[in-house]
Amino acid sequence: MKALIALLLMMVPALAAPVADTFSNPAMEARARNLQRQLRCLVCQGESIDESGSPFADDVRHLVRQQIADGRSDQQIEDFLVARYGDFILMKPPLQSDTWLLWLAPFLVLAAGGTVAWITVKKASRRTA
Amino acid sequence: MTGELGQLALCFALALSLVMAVSGLMGTRAGDVAARRIASGSAMGLFVFVALAFGTLTYAFVTSDFSIIDVANNSHTTKPLIYKISGVWGNHEGSMLLWVLVLSVYAALVASLGRGGERLTSGALGIQGLLAAAFLLFIIFTSNPFLRLDPAPFEGAGLNPLLQDPGLAMHPPMLYAGYVGLSASFAYAAAALLVGEGGWARAARPFMLIAWIALTCGIALGSWWAYYELGWGGFWFWDPVENASLMPWLIATALLHSALATEKSGAFRTWTLLLAIAGFSMSLIGTFLVRSGVLSSVHAFASDPTRGFFIMVLIALAIGGALALFAWRAPSLQGGAAFEPQSRETMLLLNNVFLVAACACVFVGTLYPLVLDAINGTKISVGPPYFALTFAPIFFALLLLVPLGPQLNWKRGDLKAAWRSLYPALGLAGIAAMSVLALVSPRSVAAICAFAVAGWLIGASILDIRKRKGARASAFAAALAHAGLGVTLMGVAGTTLWRSEAITVLAPGQTMQVGPYTLRFDGVTRVRGPNYIADRGHIAVMSGGGVGAMLLPEHRFYPAEGQDMNDTAIHTTGLRDLYLALGDDRGQGRFALRAYVSPLAPLIWLGGLVMALGGMLSLWGRLRVREAEPKPAAPAMAQAAE
Repeated sequence: MKALIALLLMMVPALAAPVADTFSNPAMEARARNLQRQLRCLVCQGESIDESGSPFADDVRHLVRQQIADGRSDQQIEDFLVARYGDFILMKPPLQSDTWLLWLAPFLVLAAGGTVAWITVKKASRRTA
Repeated sequence: MTGELGQLALCFALALSLVMAVSGLMGTRAGDVAARRIASGSAMGLFVFVALAFGTLTYAFVTSDFSIIDVANNSHTTKPLIYKISGVWGNHEGSMLLWVLVLSVYAALVASLGRGGERLTSGALGIQGLLAAAFLLFIIFTSNPFLRLDPAPFEGAGLNPLLQDPGLAMHPPMLYAGYVGLSASFAYAAAALLVGEGGWARAARPFMLIAWIALTCGIALGSWWAYYELGWGGFWFWDPVENASLMPWLIATALLHSALATEKSGAFRTWTLLLAIAGFSMSLIGTFLVRSGVLSSVHAFASDPTRGFFIMVLIALAIGGALALFAWRAPSLQGGAAFEPQSRETMLLLNNVFLVAACACVFVGTLYPLVLDAINGTKISVGPPYFALTFAPIFFALLLLVPLGPQLNWKRGDLKAAWRSLYPALGLAGIAAMSVLALVSPRSVAAICAFAVAGWLIGASILDIRKRKGARASAFAAALAHAGLGVTLMGVAGTTLWRSEAITVLAPGQTMQVGPYTLRFDGVTRVRGPNYIADRGHIAVMSGGGVGAMLLPEHRFYPAEGQDMNDTAIHTTGLRDLYLALGDDRGQGRFALRAYVSPLAPLIWLGGLVMALGGMLSLWGRLRVREAEPKPAAPAMAQAAE
């Protein structure tokens, strides 16, 4: 994937991250960069909108900045992009009916492992008596 | 001739692997010495013939024999020799051959070093024979590297320039040595289930260590390559292919710890067996992910569905077979060790719980989008934020517990005493946290926590080393590996939290500022490499009014492959990297320049190296003990060496 990203990156002449298109207000710039990092470039997949050099990423960066300038909140901007491009654009998958298992699985394994470990230790310590 | 020679060698290897499988499994019966001799002899033969096939393919690449499809598709006469050689495994067919080569090396090692009861070794060889046969069939029927092309083209298609890099030339063999190395533990575990013998953990330990060391180095190399080659200054992308290598590492790490408990105190017998099976299963799944084309990636050179299907069947048979064997035989092995809640066993158990949960996290994060897409067509991305919220806290909790383990005794430890003996480490953690708080702004809780834990880990390791002063070298293995974790943690935290970047379009003579550095752009020259043309930027790092260093990032064009590539320039002080990538031409001599300053970046890979060194110390200790062992082991070895 890394290689693919880089490959795609090379096919497009533009360098990633806008050079001219920056806010002079540092707070707004920070918001824009943060949002850009949370979005996935749909063309190159592995890379965020912030890093990608594809024309698509360029467009999304402009969209994000336009909407920030219009005074919309981060949540509104994300909702707008999800409505337009689907959940795939979010680097962080949303918590919903078909992703709760994704978010919970690691902790379920942790809890199950912890329980088994607890029982194992109990048993082992009973044998020492 | 060379292609046919390789083809023939593969067929002989297949025949030998089948002989090895049958005789090895027959040798698990008591007293069948002849079968055992055949098994170890055919393991040696397998290695010889696979090596011959691999050598033949290498020869074809080096001599640019374009009558072989694989060479024509992946090589070029103007490539430097090193990339002609690395081109052998820079493609699907060749990399599968490398896979089997590594498998056969481990089989030969098991045959020549194997101990822990001849029946056990024989069974392990039998399982390795089965694996080798399956993968050789896969190669011969779906991924044959020796297929001919008529007429042969005048020139080859070249190799992806991204892969033309010394780091990446070494990365696959290293990673495969780890991936496939877990097959030896797997084979021993399956054999132990067959034979019903408990001593396998000791016999398999050197192979576990070799595999773990190779995986650690392989992952570190891959991450380093991504860092300097991709031009983004990132070191880990939570890319499915990276995850595929991380999963076996997490399980192998759990296995090393659990097997230690099994060996030293007989605890967790069945669990260790299961981990050995799981470790190699993760390697197989990783191979499937990378090779089958389910991930669209340069790593997945194969986009042929029959290959994906073949690998899937192979994995199902290997994992399913091993698990069935486990379900059938493991209950009879149940020993049940006795230890108190405050003991090293408990700590090792916790280590395993956290590592397995961390692995589950990577596993789910990697496969969930694929499964969800297959079930209802929903496409989601699981990116870095997911792992930051799941993997990071789990692994962080594990790191907090690491120092306690080595301080507790087997069977019965004293947690309070262990805690007290760690006060100096706690002090170091406090100092680290305070210095971060005092020296760095803006303040961040994450940075303070990360450095406190790094101090805690390294401090505990120093205490452990002091306590063991005068012991043999291998006694320091754990301390070194744990200190490596702390070093890597500092690198990760520094790079992630304190990185500064600047992207500017510069005309010659103009300067830019990034972090503490002032850079002057001195223009671009056109240079010719062996198989590329490059724009080479000349960037002066200013210090005290003069030029401190010249950095030469390049933007390369590879005409044979028709691809562009960045060659980054990195200036490192050992504690801080200045990282430059030359962007595109903006006309009139103006170029875009991307600059990053990554504090502590080198520590990421230094820590990996320290961990690997810890593993090597332990391995060295094992091999020395083997030499010093009393005679009874000798007949088995003499026999195996035939």
